[in-house]
Amino acid sequence: MSEPHIERPVDRSKLQVSDEVAIQIENMNKWYGQFHVLRDVNLTVNRGERIVIAGPSGSGKSTLIRCINRLEEHQSGKIIVDGTELTSDLKNIDKVRSEVGMVFQHFNLFPHLTILENCTLAPIWVRKVPKKEAEETAMHFLEKVKIPEQAHKYPGMLSGGQQQRVAIARSLCMRPRIMLFDEPTSALDPEMIKEVLDTMIELAEEGMTMLCVTHEMGFAQAVANRVIFMADGQIIEQNNPFDFFNNPQSERTKQFLSQILGH
Amino acid sequence: MSDTSHSAVFVRKTMLPPEPAPARQTGLSKWVRENLFSSWLNTILTLAGIAVIWGLASHFYPWFRHGVWNAASLPECRQIIAARWGEGATGACWAVIHARWTQFIFGFYPPELFWRPVLTFGLMLVAVAPVLFTQLPRGMLKFSVVFPLLAIWLLWGGSIWPVVMIAAGFAVGYLVARILAHWGMILAILGAVVAAVLFWIFVPGPVDEILGRVAPIALEPVASRQFGGFLLAITLGAGGIAMSLPLGILLALGRQSDMFLIKTFSVMFIEFIRGVPLITLLFVASLLLNYFLPPGTNFDIILRVMILVTLFSAAYIAEVIRGGLAALPRGQYEAADALGLDYWKAQRLVILPQALKISIPGIVSTFIGMFKDTTLVTFVGLFEPLKSIPDSIRADISWKGTYWEHFIFVGAIFFILNFSMSRYSMYLERKLKRDHR
Repeated sequence: MSEPHIERPVDRSKLQVSDEVAIQIENMNKWYGQFHVLRDVNLTVNRGERIVIAGPSGSGKSTLIRCINRLEEHQSGKIIVDGTELTSDLKNIDKVRSEVGMVFQHFNLFPHLTILENCTLAPIWVRKVPKKEAEETAMHFLEKVKIPEQAHKYPGMLSGGQQQRVAIARSLCMRPRIMLFDEPTSALDPEMIKEVLDTMIELAEEGMTMLCVTHEMGFAQAVANRVIFMADGQIIEQNNPFDFFNNPQSERTKQFLSQILGH
Repeated sequence: MSDTSHSAVFVRKTMLPPEPAPARQTGLSKWVRENLFSSWLNTILTLAGIAVIWGLASHFYPWFRHGVWNAASLPECRQIIAARWGEGATGACWAVIHARWTQFIFGFYPPELFWRPVLTFGLMLVAVAPVLFTQLPRGMLKFSVVFPLLAIWLLWGGSIWPVVMIAAGFAVGYLVARILAHWGMILAILGAVVAAVLFWIFVPGPVDEILGRVAPIALEPVASRQFGGFLLAITLGAGGIAMSLPLGILLALGRQSDMFLIKTFSVMFIEFIRGVPLITLLFVASLLLNYFLPPGTNFDIILRVMILVTLFSAAYIAEVIRGGLAALPRGQYEAADALGLDYWKAQRLVILPQALKISIPGIVSTFIGMFKDTTLVTFVGLFEPLKSIPDSIRADISWKGTYWEHFIFVGAIFFILNFSMSRYSMYLERKLKRDHR
């Protein structure tokens, strides 16, 4: 398989999965109006897992991870994140959101704030961290994503890859225990995909629980401990990456893999 | 590459230095040629434009040039012009402005008390400065908060205690809001409003009387009917602007709300106000409002008019801001949510700063429109500067027949004030233009 974006060797010995449950989804259903987007989804994620969710567009994979921090509301079933069940109770939602970081396809940085202010906004206003301390934390994570020198620029002055790394740093500043990635590299030019994936690999090596919707199958093979394939709002197949790619079970999966890896 | 033909090979040996552009391509002659005489049609339009400007200037210039500044009456103006420029010459009689300018500025405010509006105006500039220019020390904002009440006391005079009671009411409301904020923002706002209103209904009456006797600090009172001219226009305009921006923001957010009652109320309010002419609202202020209020309450006419002017422009501002809110990508709301910011923090820190920036031109246009609309209060018998004051000046037989002088003078002052607002909005847009998208 040709996959140009992963060059960095991944230290798999660092990738440990614990027995502790981080996210529990039971018989979850969601509708958009009359359209049944997610059908009876069951998923348990342990702490330290790196799960890649793949599937054709419209399969509900983005909607699934957006339900986990309640950017989308589910209509039936249960979602329990870090022991907190997501209901319409705002207190629970805010609690879950401050535990769960999210990175979007289009970065969604705040264009009117500098990179540093983007990173300190939520710690200062949600976690009530003193400004100085928040700035130190922000610089720590900006160094980690390798762009501390951009701290005082505005997002519009950065390249797409840099913006996405800032978005990752911004989420990390809230010290989340779980990170959700919604197609983090889909809006990037090919030469910038690598720098973002490298950042994500580093995060995985530090033991972060990650759910990642992506088309980067090289990333899935190198980092994921589980690949989930979705179609028509349902989980069709899940397996470890080696068996998923080399020995897919369902016809739907085989068809999808031949389409994205065939050429 | 063996198949490349040898004739296509080229290697530069000497570099060419830059040379100046041909004279025809630079400077004034280029600009004139490109902008005024680029084609036959444009040449004709340019010449026609010059002819129109010449016609207007040659017609009006003598009128300005013959202007008389010192005279006791219009007939005297005419005599001076006839003597100086010959029989039949026309000219401006600026003497009327010279003689009556205080009336344009202050209306019928008692002349020995003119220092009070002048001082208020000066303090207003100090109060507004830190709001307009963020580079000034933030501590100055404390004065900006106190200024409106100080202005009320300085302009209308009377005992200081009713004004202090208004301030105390706000303080009570703020305290209640702080306590209730723990259980939610909506509850806090409602609680604060109820507490402040109850305070204003029950406490001031007796307390004012006692304090007035113990510490009689008072200025000579001036009635609202004595206000006039630009004092009136600026009081209404500044009050309306200061109150309609926050109200407009709340209405715009209300219109976007998920809560049915709040959304319905906001939509009905905005559509009703925008569907009714301002003059109708002013008549409501001057005539109808008193029917609805309990008998005996005398609600000040300027306050009544100011409230309705505020509501009027708030409805327009709400729609302008709604446009700004709609222009923001959904991702901004989602990113704020995903970081755990609650509704009010997300609005205040992420959404509104961007939406208001987009809305600046529309907001300032609304303010300018509202400031000019304050002249409509002539219909409810207040002495605004454009019609009521000139009418009252022409009632004097000496100045009967002066028209253009008033319009030009009042128009010039309105222009200066509105043009500064427009310039300020452009300055602000440039300052906030940060994102290179």
